[in-house]
Amino acid sequence: MREFAFARAATVDDAVAAPDGAMFLAGGTTLVDLMKLGVLRPRVVMDINALPLREITLDEAGLTVGAGARMSDLATHPDAVRAFPLVVQALLAGASQQIRNMASIGGNLMQRTRCGYYRDPGSACNRRDPGGGCAALDGANRTHAVLGTSPSCVATHPGDLAVALTALDATVRIAGRGGERDLPLAAFYRVPGGTPHIENALGPGELITAVHVPFADGHSAYVKVRDRASYEFALASAAVLLRVREGVIAAARVAVGGVATVPWRLPAVEAALTGLPATPGGFDGAAARAAEGARALAHNGYKIPLLRNTVLRAVEEALAR
Amino acid sequence: MSDGATVSTGTTVSMGTTVSTRLRVDGEPVELSVDARVTLLDALRDLLGVTGPKKGCDHGQCGACTVRVEGRTALSCLTLLAAAEGADVETVHALAADPRGARLREAFVAHDAFQCGFCTPGQLMSAFAALDRPDLEDPAAIREFMSGNLCRCGAYPNIVAAIRQARGGHGA
Ligand SMILES: Cc1cc2nc3c(=O)[nH]c(=O)nc-3n(C[C@H](O)[C@H](O)[C@H](O)COP(=O)(O)OP(=O)(O)OC[C@H]3O[C@@H](n4cnc5c(N)ncnc54)[C@H](O)[C@@H]3O)c2cc1C
Ligand code: FES
Ligand code: FES
Repeated sequence: MREFAFARAATVDDAVAAPDGAMFLAGGTTLVDLMKLGVLRPRVVMDINALPLREITLDEAGLTVGAGARMSDLATHPDAVRAFPLVVQALLAGASQQIRNMASIGGNLMQRTRCGYYRDPGSACNRRDPGGGCAALDGANRTHAVLGTSPSCVATHPGDLAVALTALDATVRIAGRGGERDLPLAAFYRVPGGTPHIENALGPGELITAVHVPFADGHSAYVKVRDRASYEFALASAAVLLRVREGVIAAARVAVGGVATVPWRLPAVEAALTGLPATPGGFDGAAARAAEGARALAHNGYKIPLLRNTVLRAVEEALAR
Repeated sequence: MSDGATVSTGTTVSMGTTVSTRLRVDGEPVELSVDARVTLLDALRDLLGVTGPKKGCDHGQCGACTVRVEGRTALSCLTLLAAAEGADVETVHALAADPRGARLREAFVAHDAFQCGFCTPGQLMSAFAALDRPDLEDPAAIREFMSGNLCRCGAYPNIVAAIRQARGGHGA
């Protein structure tokens, strides 16, 4: 691990005034791991755990979650359990109970890809080392993305929560040296293009202070498919929210994870689902549109049917609730 | 970067590559002034001689290093010591003093819930947290709750049985 100076921020102003090259420390479950591997090499680590950012509050507009709240705080919060089951289901599908106790909501949105080449400083990786090349393109790419890829990077965004939040049109509140701004989560993440090292819209010193999830009623489900039943990242996942009126799907929201370079919304599937009878069966055509534009590598072609079937199952599970 | 460099902000935040941290370990107050890179796990084992928590993977992937921080299970390998400032840290050694912890240990023995024992301190810490939870009645829920603790010896069925017994009545 590269040597760093450790600082404890007492206020949000302290945190955003951190010197360039500093990284915030919340639960440490991504940062400490990647510092040990030599992937992240900050000169300054700024502990943000003393900041007053842990509140979870419900109002007429929806749920506001402080960035310092832990995954387990949100997963067990009565308002979240009652009004945002999709969020809770996605949280509980992730990591382990120990990690959920440690991991903050802000850190969760900032977690890095699990691509083995990114995690190995001995391998070529444009995301870690701009211009260094991408070992995954012709390497072991069974777990890599089929959507949102570029010739520079095919790494997946690994998170679960971000997929549910993308389906729910969540926004992030960001504090910077010039004040605060709100950004839709959909505009927060950046597809790799030619600059995979730029993962999101945060500028120097910017801190996520909260996530806002607007109310959305309907039947929802989060389905996650992985190599083992628990404590594993998604090969494919789908977050679905369906509003049903008079036996017909009146509105649909669908986002997928584990298959794309960023949490991925599927407007074509949403449009195809809208107007269909809300009865079991008959969703194959709509789910098939999930893989439109998908591109397989040598070892991840299975993700194309897996993606369609995961969306299909999430639609059926949502309607069964 | 040298020690004691400062970031100038409204309130000055001191920082350095050596950090002083005060915490409680199994009830005892401790103060350590060490390199900021030291993890809680290495501090416990190598600096304080508290060797209950084990180093399996050192990357959050096995649960052998599980401790309780402020009453909640946490992985000491991914916790920087410096980030545990002011925290109450409990290891498997603290369970012995707790009657429910002692009952859990007896249940592990009664069910042969280990073979080599390397994962056991971490399993016990997670199992202890499982005792309180009303939602862990059935074995599938216990298995899901315990999934963050791997056992290379494959003692899983016996671990689940031990937890059911310690929770009261079942699994004997
Ligand atoms: C073994 C293992 C399995 C896992 N499985 C899953 C899984 O199945 N699903 C899943 O979704 N996740 C999984 N995770 C990832 C885990 O959820 C993340 O590591 C965690 O959410 C990160 O939160 P943290 O508070 O620990 O972040 P930290 O490690 O403290 O920080 C992570 C990054 O975010 C930055 N950061 C932190 N807080 C803020 C903020 N408020 N504003 C701006 N930047 C910030 C940090 O500088 C750092 O770059 C797993 C992790 C491990 C180790
Ligand atoms: S040693 Fe901490 S999880 Fe494996
Ligand atoms: S008893 Fe050997 S690893 Fe679990």
